[in-house]
Amino acid sequence: MLGTASLIGWILSKLLKDPKQQEVVANLNSRTNAWWVMVVTFFIAIGLGRKGSIILFCLVSFLALREFITLTPTTRGDHRVLFWVFFVLNPIQYLLLAINWVSLFLIFIPVYAYLWIPIRNAIAGDTNDFLARTAKIQWALMVCVYFVSYAPALLDLHAPGYEHQGAKLLCFFVFVVQISDVLQYVFGKLFGKHKIAPLVSPNKTVEGFLGGIGSAVALGASLYWMTPFNPWQAALMALAITLMGFAGGLVMSAIKRDRGVKDYGVLIPGHGGMMDRIDSLCFAAPIFYHLTRFFFVH
Amino acid sequence: MNPIASTLQLFTGVQARWMGCAPEPTQRIYFANHTSHFDFLVLWSVLPDKLRCNTTAVAAKDYWMKGPFRKWLALKVFKVALIERENVTRKNNPVVQLKAVLDRGSSLIIFPEGTRSFDRQLHEFKSGIYHLARSRSDVDLVPTFLDNCNRVLPKGEFIPLPMLCSVTFGTPIRLQPKETKEEFLNRARLALEECAKL
Repeated sequence: MLGTASLIGWILSKLLKDPKQQEVVANLNSRTNAWWVMVVTFFIAIGLGRKGSIILFCLVSFLALREFITLTPTTRGDHRVLFWVFFVLNPIQYLLLAINWVSLFLIFIPVYAYLWIPIRNAIAGDTNDFLARTAKIQWALMVCVYFVSYAPALLDLHAPGYEHQGAKLLCFFVFVVQISDVLQYVFGKLFGKHKIAPLVSPNKTVEGFLGGIGSAVALGASLYWMTPFNPWQAALMALAITLMGFAGGLVMSAIKRDRGVKDYGVLIPGHGGMMDRIDSLCFAAPIFYHLTRFFFVH
Repeated sequence: MNPIASTLQLFTGVQARWMGCAPEPTQRIYFANHTSHFDFLVLWSVLPDKLRCNTTAVAAKDYWMKGPFRKWLALKVFKVALIERENVTRKNNPVVQLKAVLDRGSSLIIFPEGTRSFDRQLHEFKSGIYHLARSRSDVDLVPTFLDNCNRVLPKGEFIPLPMLCSVTFGTPIRLQPKETKEEFLNRARLALEECAKL
């Protein structure tokens, strides 16, 4: 798929002479290139197995946290709490996954970490803006660590007749989320006319939304064989994933506007950073995990 | 490839922005804003290898000589020039010490504010930079702005946090003939403020 995309991108860059079109092609090409990097890393992790994937996502969370916290106006008073967030809470969440302690994995952050953060902050003693600062750190932990950790958690979902095939489920999920992003962008560029939320994200259009989601759902349905779902179930799951993905992108855009930033970081050239890549994934992962678990895992 | 520099770069994800000059191995004096003891580490790690091996950073003797671990880091690992801040006499005058570093051919990293500032404001520059500029008027002075280092290791903390830092290198300046100390210090400070806006 990526090979086709790269080929198309190369052909387009030779054919289109108009500078504006060239800019779009350049954007697509740099996205494709950055995607190659991610896919290769992904396959390495899958090759390394379950533990490798867990470590990979822990690293993804670390990088996302770093970007997110850098953009959040934390103060000196938050320094100690942030130490806990970066070096204790993030690794523990993934460790719980690694040792398969699912019940604790599901509540560690929303219950224990959520309580520890304001407690540690209160002990640190800075009461300036206390609630806002606490809430921002809690939010960072939820989005960058908790929600992202649901992706490798997919590896452990065993449906009847679909045991130990979690790797395929994870691939299905990541593919649907990201192809939906790309297709929304493409449809938006080709047919986009009516903006959805111009103040939040000026690039999102109704045409892009419908075309992108529609085609991603169709592609997801066609991949039903990778999953424990039949084709129409796969389509519905893909719909849930893509809608939440869109929502995630919208929310993170709103946060970026609030902070006055266009791209979260400059980690991956052409992409603007880890947060921009996982903004769809982090909203979709928990929903997909719980839907699959509720309906298909007994 | 220095493993410590690479680790620091990965930890802080630091971006080098060479806006006013290029990363060439010419002898320069990099003067930067001072917000944290982590400052020179970030600046040191972001220089390309060819530049880093011939650049000496300045660090406060009263902080880095405390305890065997810090001493080892300062002298053996980062190979800084430790200067006296509290009791400056003729014998341990930092300007003399730094002139010797320049005479060796090494580039220099200095922090003209003299002490770490809590806020984003640039404090008054101490006069050391003026004396160095006067004694070696052939060396470019590059204003270097460090962003976010105060959040990595704020004053009073000892565990660094991974925050995205950036280092902006501005347009070099030199001491003009007939420029007084006050005029030069003001001009240098303005250059650094400009750099922060780039």
